[in-house]
Amino acid sequence: MNPLIPLFVIIPLAGAFLIMILGRFIRNFDKFLASLILLILTVFSIYSLVTTGENPSLYKVGGWEPVNRVPIGIYMVMDGFTVIVLCIINIVGFLSVFYSISYIKRYTSENLFYALFCLMVGGMNGVVLSGDLFNIFVFLEISVISSYALVAFGVEKNELEASFKYQILGGLASFLILFGIALIYWNTKTLNIADVREVFKTGYDRSFYLFAELLILSGFGLKAAIIPFHAWLPDAHSSAPSPISAMLSGVLIKAVGIYVIIRLFFNMFEISESMSVLITTLGTLSMVIGVFLAIGQWDIKRLLAYHSISQMGYVVLSIGMGMIIISRGGRSDVAALAVAGGLFHLVNHAAFKGLLFLNAGAIEYTIGTRDLKEMGGLAKSMPATSATSFIASMSISGIPPFNGFFSKLIIIIAAIMAKFYLLAVLAVIVSIITLASFLKFQRYAFYDKPEYNHDRKIKEVPFPMIFSMIVMSLLCILLSLLAFPGVRDVVLTPAINILTDPAKYSTFIIGI
Amino acid sequence: MIVYLLCFILFLVGLYGVITRRNLIKIAISMTFMEFSTFLLFALIGYVDGGVAPIVDPADPVQPYVDPLPQALVLTAIVIGLATTAMMMAIIIRLYRKYGTFDIREIKSLRG
Repeated sequence: MNPLIPLFVIIPLAGAFLIMILGRFIRNFDKFLASLILLILTVFSIYSLVTTGENPSLYKVGGWEPVNRVPIGIYMVMDGFTVIVLCIINIVGFLSVFYSISYIKRYTSENLFYALFCLMVGGMNGVVLSGDLFNIFVFLEISVISSYALVAFGVEKNELEASFKYQILGGLASFLILFGIALIYWNTKTLNIADVREVFKTGYDRSFYLFAELLILSGFGLKAAIIPFHAWLPDAHSSAPSPISAMLSGVLIKAVGIYVIIRLFFNMFEISESMSVLITTLGTLSMVIGVFLAIGQWDIKRLLAYHSISQMGYVVLSIGMGMIIISRGGRSDVAALAVAGGLFHLVNHAAFKGLLFLNAGAIEYTIGTRDLKEMGGLAKSMPATSATSFIASMSISGIPPFNGFFSKLIIIIAAIMAKFYLLAVLAVIVSIITLASFLKFQRYAFYDKPEYNHDRKIKEVPFPMIFSMIVMSLLCILLSLLAFPGVRDVVLTPAINILTDPAKYSTFIIGI
Repeated sequence: MIVYLLCFILFLVGLYGVITRRNLIKIAISMTFMEFSTFLLFALIGYVDGGVAPIVDPADPVQPYVDPLPQALVLTAIVIGLATTAMMMAIIIRLYRKYGTFDIREIKSLRG
């Protein structure tokens, strides 16, 4: 029993409650408490990352012990993969909330913003920690309902329309997920992920199983905005306030989408070749189509949102390749390399995409527009924003010293070693188009004209915003260390082991 | 078997409504159709023919009980569904104030 696990959910939920009640009466209480909560959670998550390693830990809610080795209570599990995603959620969350201190001043009812933010973080922490299908659904709903509200926070025409679209598709996804959970419960009479796997081992109805798999994949695929399900993402991510866009793009689509897909398809379902080919195809499609949709955009945040689809495609593609190799019984080191590439890119994407959205927010904060054609020459008056966004742009397009390069390199090497030459070529081409698209962003936003010539005098954004952007850009550089053996063994290897060895997770849960 | 199929058909009816209706309120109603078809399926899974309420009777402990877990899950899911519907209605009311219409064809400022 690890007593730290429930705190990840309890602290933000209690914080949201307190902010709602007391934030109205005490001035600046909301900002202070929200930053403090996220700071505490960041410390906890880094501590867990260092201590967990190869030893997963468990928390049984209510202290319900298993009966005849069948888990009957709600389990919360913290293993190598969980702690990585927890770190992403809480670090990006802390930087976004700190950034919001200045950014969100232009909106009314600030305390509601911070309360919803804490609620969203609490929901996401719950999703990644839960070891139980129905709890994943409940926490997922907590986080997405607060994100619906946060997308509509500006209550103007665009925000409301985007939020409505997001709610329709998000609601559809939730029902598909619930339907899938119902089918799994019907067949196995259990909801614990590890126990479901144990029951499936003793035999199952093939067509039933496939139907449940497809329902789960399409439900979480909708949440993760993989290509045929992507329609809501560009609207929702571009209409939300910028720190929220950073959270949605950097964290939410991973924690409630990609994380659950990876967890369920590696640790719950048996990896089958047809499913893994399907997942790889979806990943490739999102990678290629996403970047082509991004080229023609002139709204910065919309451009970044389409790039999120494309970069998530890299992650899904790489994970899918790992699944194909495992299902064909290929070399396990290549499978581990493919999975490593996917997880590494997942972490990196949180850093650079979060930073890019914060940069976009800083530009919008200063000059009041998101249209690239109306900007230009901002490099001189906004040096910090310009420098950090240059680092982020180079990271996302895979230029050597930055983190994006290493993860893309690992993905491409894995594709070549597994003899998927077409996928390797596509990954390189998409990376080049990404570079072109970000050079366009750099040129039109920061250079092009010698000076930004409008009647209004522009100056650099306030300190909290600069602080968050600089920390994120440092993360962009430092995360490339994850590619090297010493650091990789601490952070990525436990996660890869728990994913690629299918029996490890279930024996750990059932064995305790 | 036929009841389960009917649940699935109800789900598809809701999906059809979401796709084809033009009125925001009708879309929200179709969403609740889909929601409740899922809840119905969940509740039916726990049903045992001739079962009684799952309270153990010391006089006759082996009589057939219905499965209580799906009922608990459905209750939770209904509460979540209430929150989703309330949220959607709030957004629809705000949209009506901004655009002056419930017609989805008029509400299209986001494109591309």
